[in-house]
Amino acid sequence: MIDRLDTRETESVPATGEAATTIRLETVVNGRPVSAEIEPRTLLLDFLRDRLGLTGAKRSCDVQVCGVCTVLLDGKPVSACSTLAYEAHGREVLTIEGLARFGELHPIQQAFMERTAIQCGFCTPGMILTTKALLDENPRPTREEIAAYLGGNLCRCTGYWMIIEAVEHAARLMAGEEDRS
Amino acid sequence: MSTLSHRPASTEPMGAAQGNGAQGLVGLSAPRVDARAKATGEAKYAGDLQIPGLAYGKVLRSPYAHARIVRIDASRAQALPGVIAVLTGDDVLDINPYYGHAIKDRPLIAIDRVRFVGEPVAAVAAEDPQTAAEALELIEVEYEELPAAITLDAALAEDAPRLHVTELLKPGLFHGLGELKPQPGNICYHHAFARGDVEEAFAKADIVVEGEYHFPAVYQYSMEPHTTIAQWGDGEITVWSSCQHPFLVRAEIADLFGLPVANVRIVVPYLGGGFGSKSYTKLEPLTVALARKARRPVRIANTVDEAMVTTRRHGMKAWMRTAASADGRLLAREVRCWFDTGAYADNGPRVVATGADAAPGPYRWEAVKVDSWGVYTNTSPAGSYRAFGATHLQWIGEAQVDEIARRCGLDALQIRERNLLRPGEAVRPGGKPLDADLIGDIQKVAAALDWGTPKPANVGRGLSVGLLAAGAHPVSTAFARLEADGTATLYVSSTEVGQGVRTVFSQILATELALPVERVRVQGGDTLVTPYDRSTGASRSTTLAGLAVQRAGQELRAKLLEIAARVFGLPEEAIELRDGAAWHEGESISYPDLIRAHFGMVGGELIGRGEVRPEKGTGSYAEGPVFWEVCIGGAEVEVDPDTGKVTVRKAVSVADVGKAINPRLVKAQEMGGWLQGLGNALFEEMIYDEQTGQILNATLFDYHVPTIADLPASFVSTIVENEDGPGPYGAKGVGEGALAGATAAIVTALYDAGVRVTELPATPERVWRWLRERDSAAAGGAQSARE
Repeated sequence: MIDRLDTRETESVPATGEAATTIRLETVVNGRPVSAEIEPRTLLLDFLRDRLGLTGAKRSCDVQVCGVCTVLLDGKPVSACSTLAYEAHGREVLTIEGLARFGELHPIQQAFMERTAIQCGFCTPGMILTTKALLDENPRPTREEIAAYLGGNLCRCTGYWMIIEAVEHAARLMAGEEDRS
Repeated sequence: MSTLSHRPASTEPMGAAQGNGAQGLVGLSAPRVDARAKATGEAKYAGDLQIPGLAYGKVLRSPYAHARIVRIDASRAQALPGVIAVLTGDDVLDINPYYGHAIKDRPLIAIDRVRFVGEPVAAVAAEDPQTAAEALELIEVEYEELPAAITLDAALAEDAPRLHVTELLKPGLFHGLGELKPQPGNICYHHAFARGDVEEAFAKADIVVEGEYHFPAVYQYSMEPHTTIAQWGDGEITVWSSCQHPFLVRAEIADLFGLPVANVRIVVPYLGGGFGSKSYTKLEPLTVALARKARRPVRIANTVDEAMVTTRRHGMKAWMRTAASADGRLLAREVRCWFDTGAYADNGPRVVATGADAAPGPYRWEAVKVDSWGVYTNTSPAGSYRAFGATHLQWIGEAQVDEIARRCGLDALQIRERNLLRPGEAVRPGGKPLDADLIGDIQKVAAALDWGTPKPANVGRGLSVGLLAAGAHPVSTAFARLEADGTATLYVSSTEVGQGVRTVFSQILATELALPVERVRVQGGDTLVTPYDRSTGASRSTTLAGLAVQRAGQELRAKLLEIAARVFGLPEEAIELRDGAAWHEGESISYPDLIRAHFGMVGGELIGRGEVRPEKGTGSYAEGPVFWEVCIGGAEVEVDPDTGKVTVRKAVSVADVGKAINPRLVKAQEMGGWLQGLGNALFEEMIYDEQTGQILNATLFDYHVPTIADLPASFVSTIVENEDGPGPYGAKGVGEGALAGATAAIVTALYDAGVRVTELPATPERVWRWLRERDSAAAGGAQSARE
């Protein structure tokens, strides 16, 4: 968190354009402290995509319905398209780019790959991050609980069945169970 | 929600499949080659690309459905700091700015007149998106409103305002539909055929079913809205775009801006879905024109409400009647259908033709007469959406078949078994005969629905079967390089839109080269690098581009065998290719060693090419299709009689694919297609204000697409492999049939539950109304529908 912020590693991001009023945002993105001057109106999605180059969070509906811009803010899923960047001040943001550690995929990523829960891939980062929040809260969800939790993430390709399979598979992988089902 | 009990497809062989001679990888559910990039966020889509000097474009759109542009004053916008260029119709008068692959009826930006709400009137390029948006508000446009024709009925009226001087319109580069004759009034295109004597057949029929039906405009909602980057410079145009058909876009851009096609480069990154919404040319001409004026690379990225006015599925009105004998023999069918193509043709003519082809249904008729029209209206343009034509007409024809079955005392399976076409029978005069076992397919659907077993009250079961003219024009090419280290790179222009085309192609090439699939890389579409492919759509990629890939692999394979024979000093027949090496008895030489022997150094490469073109004739629409895609489905629905709400309890699909090169990806197509079919059947509808032409539900708050909560309680999918397709290993396309099959099966299941659907979507309000009509008809002594 911010009180453990190591200034030597803080990435200082320059402001763009002729910003009138800016505020200083101090946050942690994917475990890395970030300090930036931003316009107050800056959306978290634009900050991540345009300022930090983290394009894994996508833009689609702009009204918090589709879920493709989902990132985790202190572990909870939020729609970055409808969240001000400043709301991340003093908090931790996790994007899809921060999920794999040193090239090793998270079991949820593994599960989505193995269960063909990915087609065009546009919903995938948001689906995976929402799944992470779900499984962190509830390691063995029922199918109904999975469907309820993922209700804010649309997918137009898969018909969802293989995504549900992948979430169940991920739960077993995270529990360290052999899963050959 | 109820329990989800989809049967997992875990019995299929999966995992790290190894190439093991011919057919080694075919039929294995190899993992997607793009899965890792997509699971980690590394996969790049058009909106993720950054190129030096990129400017941001925004589009000012018409608030009127039909108006004359009196005056545009962009001076204040131009003066705003950060604005690089403002484009209006005046900026494109040095070129012929009209385009359209079927009919050149559309200016790339409005010229003097707007024909739908949302038509681009001006575009701004600025240093950042916020400045571009602010500049739009500074552009003053004075309009003079004109009478508008928003609905089909308004556009078809005697005194309707005309959208185009149709007599003066020129055909586009790729309509493929023979001569396009000028049409009267607001008719964009007319497609008709007839055989047999329809009047005589109806005169002798014991049973005639007749009705008028309506199908709504539908939004494809590919989750990635259209996004295009264009760069103009030194007689060359480069475009990065979310497009399905890069070569057709290239030809239209070259034609518009007067350049050789070689000077136009279209690069296609990953697409966030397409479903037809990114077929043909969309944002590219406008973005190129803006970049030309700005002298900077420019990106235009649609928002969802802009994507909705960029393209949609055609709304349709249809009249249909079907004749049968008392013993359940189908005799004749007559259809008239009118497709609302919006203000510009886009792919309307092909939709009109494909709808006409789907209208008779796959039955043995004595006489058929079909007239299908495309109609211009003052609404946003309509084009392709997955399973167009079949989705429009199949539910209507199948509901009439069920009504005939009821009247002659047959059940829905029996009447189909009695009347369905058999393999080899003519579907339409002159075209490809039937290449599928429809009776076998429909019996599988029935079995999965536990056909004939008792069911609870308010529950209905339905079957549907139809055919979709698939494949589009059969021209595809590919080439492959076998590198000195024994890895292969495949160059093919099919767009990875999510369907898994790169995975399937890597399986085909690995199989032909007897290589592990991990050693094959597939290069994405880039018209400067990858060779010509007509398009990615019409379920054609595995069948046609896949065949080109197979042939490229076969040419490489022949070269390897020739070199191996020389090195071994043996005839080719004595040599086998296996696991990346040439083998004779126990002895092997690896591909790298063969290539080294051939070139005399560590280096060089072998190249194989593959080409697909019409085997006979010209490949025209009339001669086609490449194959008939089977559109088949089954559904079990429950109707709440108090609210009209419909719940799908069971979804059934049969994928008649000839050969499933990757069974898991086939099922993925079936599941995704089915759920879109459910949306089309039950709730998806773009609603236009009939006075103003404004879309009243232009956000995802108001336009409901299926969520995970809309899943049927169970899904059963069966793959049928009769190896009767024209593609590699007997494959034929998949991906669209499930959608049309599902929509129609939900309608026939509702029919079985006592609901006569005449208009989609079957919303609770409509279903409730139809139930009341049924009940009051029954109370009035009329024969009630079967419970």
